[in-house]
Amino acid sequence: MNLELTDLTLMQAIEALRSGEISSRELTRACLERIEKLEPSLHAFLHLAAESALAQADEADRQQVTGDGQHKPLLGIPIAVKDVLAVEGLPCTAGSKILEGFVPPFTATAVKRLQEAGAIAIGKTNTDEFAMGSSTENSAYGMTHNPWDLTRVPGGSSGGSAAAVAARMVPAALGTDTGGSVRQPAAFCGVTGLKPTYGRVSRYGLVAYGSSLDVAGALGHTAEDVALLFSIMAGRDALDATTQDVAVPTIDLVGATLAVASGRGLAPPLHGLRIGVPREYFVRGIQVEVEAGVRQAVSVLEGLGAEVHEISLPHSEYALPVYYIISPAEASANLARYDGIRYGSRIQAEAMWDIFYRTRGRKFGAEVERRIMLGTYALSAGYYDAYYGQAQKVRTLIKRDFEQAFERVDVIAAPVAPTTAFPIGAHRDDPLAMYLEDVFTLPANLAGVPGLAFPVGFDGAGLPVGMQLMGQHFHEDVLLRAAHAYQQVTDWHMRAPSL
Amino acid sequence: MDFEAVIGLEVHAELATQSKMFCACPVVDTTQTAPNSAVCQVCSGMPGTLPVLNQKAVEYGLRVALALDCQIAPFSIFARKNYFYPDLPKGYQISQYEQPLARIGRMTIVTSQGEKVIRIRRVHLEEDTGKLTHVGRNGQAYTLVDLNRAGVPLLEIVTEPDFRSAEEVRAYAEALRAILRYLGVNSGDMQKGVLRIEPNISLRPVVAAGFKPALLGTRVEVKNLNSFRALERAVAYQIQRQAELLEAGKVVQQVTLGWDEAKEVTVVQRVKESEDDYRYFPEPDLPPLAVEAGWVAQIRTSLPELPYARLQRLREQYDLSDYTAKLLVAEKSIADYFEQAVTAEPSVPAKSIANWISGELFGLMNQAGVDAAGLRVRPAALAGLVKLVSQGQINQDTARKVLAEMFASGEGAEEIVKKRGLGQVSDAGAIAQLVKDVLAEYPNEAAAYLSGKAGVANFLFGQVMKKAQGKANPQIVRRELELQLAEIKAD
Ligand SMILES: [Zn+2]
Repeated sequence: MNLELTDLTLMQAIEALRSGEISSRELTRACLERIEKLEPSLHAFLHLAAESALAQADEADRQQVTGDGQHKPLLGIPIAVKDVLAVEGLPCTAGSKILEGFVPPFTATAVKRLQEAGAIAIGKTNTDEFAMGSSTENSAYGMTHNPWDLTRVPGGSSGGSAAAVAARMVPAALGTDTGGSVRQPAAFCGVTGLKPTYGRVSRYGLVAYGSSLDVAGALGHTAEDVALLFSIMAGRDALDATTQDVAVPTIDLVGATLAVASGRGLAPPLHGLRIGVPREYFVRGIQVEVEAGVRQAVSVLEGLGAEVHEISLPHSEYALPVYYIISPAEASANLARYDGIRYGSRIQAEAMWDIFYRTRGRKFGAEVERRIMLGTYALSAGYYDAYYGQAQKVRTLIKRDFEQAFERVDVIAAPVAPTTAFPIGAHRDDPLAMYLEDVFTLPANLAGVPGLAFPVGFDGAGLPVGMQLMGQHFHEDVLLRAAHAYQQVTDWHMRAPSL
Repeated sequence: MDFEAVIGLEVHAELATQSKMFCACPVVDTTQTAPNSAVCQVCSGMPGTLPVLNQKAVEYGLRVALALDCQIAPFSIFARKNYFYPDLPKGYQISQYEQPLARIGRMTIVTSQGEKVIRIRRVHLEEDTGKLTHVGRNGQAYTLVDLNRAGVPLLEIVTEPDFRSAEEVRAYAEALRAILRYLGVNSGDMQKGVLRIEPNISLRPVVAAGFKPALLGTRVEVKNLNSFRALERAVAYQIQRQAELLEAGKVVQQVTLGWDEAKEVTVVQRVKESEDDYRYFPEPDLPPLAVEAGWVAQIRTSLPELPYARLQRLREQYDLSDYTAKLLVAEKSIADYFEQAVTAEPSVPAKSIANWISGELFGLMNQAGVDAAGLRVRPAALAGLVKLVSQGQINQDTARKVLAEMFASGEGAEEIVKKRGLGQVSDAGAIAQLVKDVLAEYPNEAAAYLSGKAGVANFLFGQVMKKAQGKANPQIVRRELELQLAEIKAD
């Protein structure tokens, strides 16, 4: 077989490994070579684990031959992991100088489940510092470039993972999504990215940013690829009290269709599927090609049997202010542990308090500092009710918007971001403009519902346009089924940037 | 002007669970364990780790809340209390704030003034912090952090400001300690810091009955009190000190105080410029704590009889003095011991058993530093001993010696008495012979008695007992002595 191994989708790679056409060592080496070739221009990775990855690949090949790994659906598959997820023995910086040198002695549950299914963590991908940002420009270790146009951002904060998948460095990657951090970079890089329901995938080992919003998700080329990773990662975890005990869809590898406990499957057509298009997501000054791309994609879904309804999510406009009170408030507490005492890097000083002040004062980047300040303020005595308390009330209204919408429709279709990938530095001096990048993705996090982004076209500059589908709590399979059906009749998701 | 003290108490009790509040680390005696040997990624606050609630800690908390007659919240909320300190690994403490585990309870205390009900404001769960040790060496100061205690479950019990004297404060603290020990949730060891009692004290002018109470003065808090004595002294000291300041027209500063054990004075630890702002908010990593009514009912029925109820019952059921009953119920294991002994020998007066426990046995235990768990004298064996005394088979003196031997060897009373030949001589014939011998030996003393010197009788009695090696039944000796002397006189 003489194709580029790195062009294989996850499902294709699994098939090739199972049939013995290729070995995990060949696949892993091909990924490492492509990473080596493209890293200088993309900088998608913060750490590579080449040696341990190849050793694991050899072990996978052994198990493939002996049959020991028969029950492992991801046996020998290299994946990339966003650097906010802990992998035992690999550095975990969260894109921050304050965690420089930190090597966690444990593995995040989501990663562990994939490893137990045979996956190989090939390296840790770039991210905005503590996942705070929409472009990877806030990474303390240099930004990632968009594979479609190196002068543009890949989106963020999971920009490293999205770029790595888009550039065919790895067949799939893990990201995290607090306010759109899987979906927006997926859209900017032209890949498929799932933000699961809050409580569906364990946050254990996920470096916390906004604890009531954070969720680990998967990025890949196809809905099928993402569905497989998701079904393995998902499910109740005794180490995360906020995970729910809800049946998880499982994958039938032979037919490559999603067989769901509830009886729903991945196969088209979409007869009977009710799709809602929220009018609030199209009134802002969004890029014409983005709106056109999304509307075009909706009509493709309609052609596959879905019904389309216009709906309203009236409190959407408050999502941005609510998010920028709740997430910094939680972050201000979550980031209090970085004092240079127990792990990470420290600036030594004579007095104990000076260690705190100097370490935190110099090792956090500007955006992290800004959010800690915002959050501290929002929680302070005398301001709590007006900010945090009020934000929680409005969050309830946003949730209710979704509940009411889902009485009428099964899925909500919307743009992922107002524009395609923007030029590097475009929002450098304007944090508010950067925050507006997340305006369409924040509501799903606040409501805790799942969201799936996938490519639906390109703009005039040749940049991918993405669409997101949002669904009811724990109905990821409905989104995946719709996207899978779409991807059976389109090929946007298979386009590759020329690098 | 006269002042009245208004005092509230905050008590932090570590819960003696197997594992910590939010991780699987064992709860260890931090005074005996190598630093940072009971620590994991969760309780050291590593990035990405999450708390998982220990249900046993909740159960222990509920036991205490129910024992204090509190209303249990069907849902309570964990909250983050934010502040920086190196003994606080996450930079926040997981506690409860707006919706605690339980509130509105009560406890009856007994002081020299009689009984009084203290209202409990709230009971909530939280995690303990680590421990810092400040080390100074050759002018180089540094601080060591031990996280063994970090994440140990703590129960905070807050009273209303219902105390008016140091005596009341101490009575409450002692009674609460007894309850915690009865419930098996805390060892009550204040020296080791597993039970920490912090009074807050303010004064207000006394107004005539029927008038609105005066406004409270500035409140000071006292921390680091590691005995009941220190607690009582510190409170008394503060009441007096504040009264003096107010009399002199000075102001009381809002401070946190410590207690200098040697000098018996309070010392300022921290001046509070303003109220601390802990920026509490609901802990997003933990769902609300749901406590089902069925669970509460189950715990309620499993509660042991509590010290105050037991005190009243023992006093009445066994006709014990208030003093003796108090001594017995102070420790559940002792009260249990007493009742087991009573059950073992129903024919023996319970009062006698109580006296033997609170007198001789406590003496031996204190001397040897043995607690009820390490006691070799079984309750039935003690009852057996008291039975021998009440049946007149041995006298008090002998019984004391036998008990000492039982205490050391764990043997039964009868065994020892038999083995050592300590049985009391009650045979009138044998005793008559002894008396006859003594009177023959001391004719002058016998004559002195008969001529009216009654005091000599004790000397003669002593000589008979000496001949009997202390084993003669004293009543029979006395009777026989009087009888034979009367015969001499008649001759
Ligand atoms: Zn631990």
